[in-house]
Amino acid sequence: MLEIRNLHAAVNGKEILKGLDLSVKGGEIHAVMGPNGSGKSTLAKVLAGHPDYQVTQGEVIYLGKNMLEMEPDERAREGFFLAFQYPIEIPGVSNANFLRMAYNEKAKYEGRDELDPLEFDDLIRERIKIVEMEASFINRSVNEGFSGGEKKRNEILQMAVLDPKLAVLDETDSGLDIDALRIVANGINKLAKKDNAIILVTHYQRLLNYIEPHFVHVLFRGQIAKSGGKELAMELENKGYDWIKTAGTKS
Amino acid sequence: MLHVAREKENYFSADQLFATSREDKGPQWLIQLREKAGEHYSQTDFPSTHDEEWKYTNVAPILKVPYRQCFELDLQNLAPDSIIPLGFEELSGSQLVFVNGLFVSELSNLSSLPGEITAGNIGEVSGGSSRIVRDHLGVYADYHDHAFTALNTALAGDGAFIYVPKGKVVETPIHILFISRADEPVASHPRILVVADEGSILTIIESYISLGDQVYFTNAVAEVFAGRGSVITHYRMQEESVRAFHIATTEVFQESDSNYTSYAISLGGEISRHDLNIVLSGEHIETTINGLYVVDGKQHVDNHTVLDHLHPHCRSQQLYKGILDGKSRAVFNGKVFVREGALLTDAHQLNKNLLLSNEATVNTKPQLEIFADDVKCAHGATVGQLEDEELFYLASRGIPPERARALLTYGFAEDVISKIKLRSVRERLDRKVLDKLHQSLEVG
Repeated sequence: MLEIRNLHAAVNGKEILKGLDLSVKGGEIHAVMGPNGSGKSTLAKVLAGHPDYQVTQGEVIYLGKNMLEMEPDERAREGFFLAFQYPIEIPGVSNANFLRMAYNEKAKYEGRDELDPLEFDDLIRERIKIVEMEASFINRSVNEGFSGGEKKRNEILQMAVLDPKLAVLDETDSGLDIDALRIVANGINKLAKKDNAIILVTHYQRLLNYIEPHFVHVLFRGQIAKSGGKELAMELENKGYDWIKTAGTKS
Repeated sequence: MLHVAREKENYFSADQLFATSREDKGPQWLIQLREKAGEHYSQTDFPSTHDEEWKYTNVAPILKVPYRQCFELDLQNLAPDSIIPLGFEELSGSQLVFVNGLFVSELSNLSSLPGEITAGNIGEVSGGSSRIVRDHLGVYADYHDHAFTALNTALAGDGAFIYVPKGKVVETPIHILFISRADEPVASHPRILVVADEGSILTIIESYISLGDQVYFTNAVAEVFAGRGSVITHYRMQEESVRAFHIATTEVFQESDSNYTSYAISLGGEISRHDLNIVLSGEHIETTINGLYVVDGKQHVDNHTVLDHLHPHCRSQQLYKGILDGKSRAVFNGKVFVREGALLTDAHQLNKNLLLSNEATVNTKPQLEIFADDVKCAHGATVGQLEDEELFYLASRGIPPERARALLTYGFAEDVISKIKLRSVRERLDRKVLDKLHQSLEVG
């Protein structure tokens, strides 16, 4: 589904990703872990096509297509989804209007029927249960006045509505209390299916107590320094990132 | 510099204007008021850009046009049916209609209003009402303020008068509709007087609409008296043609415990200016003023507001938002005075502007002048473009850039529109704003 080869990317002229390789297949859950500044969020932003990040080398093949040539909105309509670390507030635009527009853009792109407000209301009321949010959230302005936990749940709600093939969740667990963490993790588990893939970008191992990844990668200085199974996350938890820093080499 | 406006041939020449006006009609006190205002007008120049309050709004283009004053009704092609789209369906029984400044009883309908309410043409009041008009007309809008107010007062004839007696609740909003239509430039000087007595509740919609795209001039003055404990909601919708000139002043006088909420919407006009001046003359007064202007092309829109806190324990909230495209220009000047003794005043003022084009200009000046201790006041202004991070967020959900811009721009306006409680007004405004933004967002 996703093939990243020798990816180099810079922001404001400073190179952050320095030759990253990653391969993700349908049905897989990957965890990308690493210390602050290792390039985790840069990877997420580059995949989503954020204009501030310049790819200087390498390639990203998504569903057989050159993803780097696609506009951000095109990537999304092709089934890519990024759950933001810091979701944006949009005053004056209701969650319902925002999500229906996003849903219909994708439906149109895939040649499916668009939903009218009533049909969409049924859909969103069904999906909102996944993140245990109250129905009143649907009519509130997007993320405006939401708590940190509500914003993260709203990201997962969007994921549930848009039903992506590949989702990158950027630090979705950071700043969540134990209840919110459980709700968000349950939501992600419900959305993980045979034919879609999820990349969890996280600093901490705790999310992996709730979501079991098939692969764990440690990002360090812009490269994957180590890859392994879920036991690698446990090892990181016990030994800390310093262990990677001293081990240093790619496995 | 504006002496050209005083030439004999010009519409604005005092001799000519007053020679043909209907000065002789009406009660003695009104004739005197007109005369005094007229005298003042003949001795006063129009404001120029040297005048601090008119620094960014040059009225010279307005004064050059050879307008015609309408003294007789021409209702040709103006059947009652034809104005239905201009009104609000559920308010068809509480509508006062003026065409080119003249009251049209054939198009007005007040059948939904309770009997105790007085609503009609200022020029035709009689009995007890005329005493109320005499006690209030020209009291809040001082003709000494500037030449436009003096001119309006000097020509005071037809206009809307609404009186709600003590304790009465008017459930149906009253729509005052000013229509401009003519084959040649016309000038009209609409006047509104609203008197809400102690404890009464009232909603009014004041709207300005043009049929056709002729150049014309509207010079409106509204006076609102909010008696003790009264609650007034005032919608002002300026939907003139983009070739129209619109100068207007609204003066509000609030007594203790009253609550006044205003929505001042400006969509039309080549040059449009609205002054909203509110005197909070009592304690425990609530004042909320919302504004929205959406302009493009070469439109120029100017909003000047004054909130004058005289006494303790009052609260005022102001939110004015503007969206500018093309080479348009917006001026915002908002003054909040907290006078000596106005302790525990809570005043909040914000002006936000969204620029959709690099050629649009905003001059904004929020001003706070505090002469009292122990007050809570905040003010601010922003001028900006759509945020890249917002656009990226929408793009990341599959929404193409054009649609994303439209949705964010609509959201910017919706912040004000969504506060409107009257559904028909809110929906009409939604539609008008989207039209103006050349968008057809399917929102609901």
